[in-house]
Amino acid sequence: MVALLLAGSLAGESSGTFPHIELPESQDVLGYLGRMGFHDQAHQLFEFDTPARRGGARPTDVLLEITAIDTNHDVHEIVDRVQTRAGEILTSKLGYPAASVIPFSVMLSEVCQNIIEHADGPGWVAAQAYNWAKRLGRFVIVISVMDRGRGFRGSLSDEHSARYGDRWSDSTALEAAFLHGLTRFADPGRGQGLQQIRKQVRKWSGLISVRSGTARISQVPDWDDSPPMVDGMAPLPGAQIGIILPATVQP
Amino acid sequence: MSAHAPDPIAIDVGEVLQRSVTSLYSSLVTRPTGRAVRMAIETQLQGAGTLSISLIDFSEVGIIDFSCADEVVAKLLQQYLADEARDAFFVFRGVREPHHPQVEGVLQRQHLAAVVEVEPERFTLVGTFTDGEQRVWDRLEREGSVEADAVERIAPEGVDEEALESLLSRGLAFRSPQSGRVHALSRLVAHLM
Repeated sequence: MVALLLAGSLAGESSGTFPHIELPESQDVLGYLGRMGFHDQAHQLFEFDTPARRGGARPTDVLLEITAIDTNHDVHEIVDRVQTRAGEILTSKLGYPAASVIPFSVMLSEVCQNIIEHADGPGWVAAQAYNWAKRLGRFVIVISVMDRGRGFRGSLSDEHSARYGDRWSDSTALEAAFLHGLTRFADPGRGQGLQQIRKQVRKWSGLISVRSGTARISQVPDWDDSPPMVDGMAPLPGAQIGIILPATVQP
Repeated sequence: MSAHAPDPIAIDVGEVLQRSVTSLYSSLVTRPTGRAVRMAIETQLQGAGTLSISLIDFSEVGIIDFSCADEVVAKLLQQYLADEARDAFFVFRGVREPHHPQVEGVLQRQHLAAVVEVEPERFTLVGTFTDGEQRVWDRLEREGSVEADAVERIAPEGVDEEALESLLSRGLAFRSPQSGRVHALSRLVAHLM
């Protein structure tokens, strides 16, 4: 859904008009899109045939509806909003301790700030709990963040490309930021957000991946077999950060 | 306090957050928010003398993220450690377990350390420090303070003396320039709590 918004945003910018979108007819899908707040964001980017469908009163596992991030004020609102729902879902669905709502909120704050501080462009975030009964046999929380900024390579090129020489690419830029905490800022206090997110995700046996340009880098837990680095992918403007947090396994 | 004792300052970060940024925000998140809070703290510190000890209280803060911790804790310490005109010491209060990884993370990132109250009246060193610094700091914390001619009680060996000097230069303990008495920072802020 956030990728659709990114695509719509880029298509609209290049064509100068709202791109047309046809949504599936399935009521389940439309209901899901409604609960995730897709229409609220999409109506600013797409031309629709069908009227908007809002989320109903049925119980929902949405932690955070799709939310646009453009300023630090948006990050404050997200952190305040998510705390009321995250505690319940983290404990009941994932079996995490009640106090985990704080590291979860911190992680969300840092991942959203990554858009403002490093991407220099607007973006979207969403978080939802899913029952991955077949895929994993447990509940998971999926956090998805995308932006249409300049991407990791664009962000780091001025400061760091020279030392990499011919090796400088989307994948080396991702390695520099994801594994080594490099940023375009000279300030040594910068760049730790992503490092600390990785640490917390590892603590919860989760998966985190960052896709930018033609590459994707991942920190892969033992329950997943994704490759840690994929190169040669279709070019993605900006960046996409995906985090999957699985329920704890009862001994 | 005498002219040679540090000026005591108590700063409630929750109150500074509400006053300096906006009363709408309840969490200490985002770098600009942290920067604004740090600048408000620095304004308060400008009213103190050239020697001060501040109790920075996080008790009323719900969430602090790494970006804010870097601005409010790490950069504040760095700035005053580099300031040769002023000696400013800091104790951080109300750094409860959920705040601890953020504060520890930003300190370790820049090889800094701080005296932190993790539970009521229980202080600890957080950040990057040597075993020797930890050992001497623990002894000083138990003693509260030691006279200049009794420093061997906390630093009986040469390696301990080096550790003590390091604690003093890193702003993790205070030596009175007049009497030479060495103080645990926690005792210097006890009357502010």
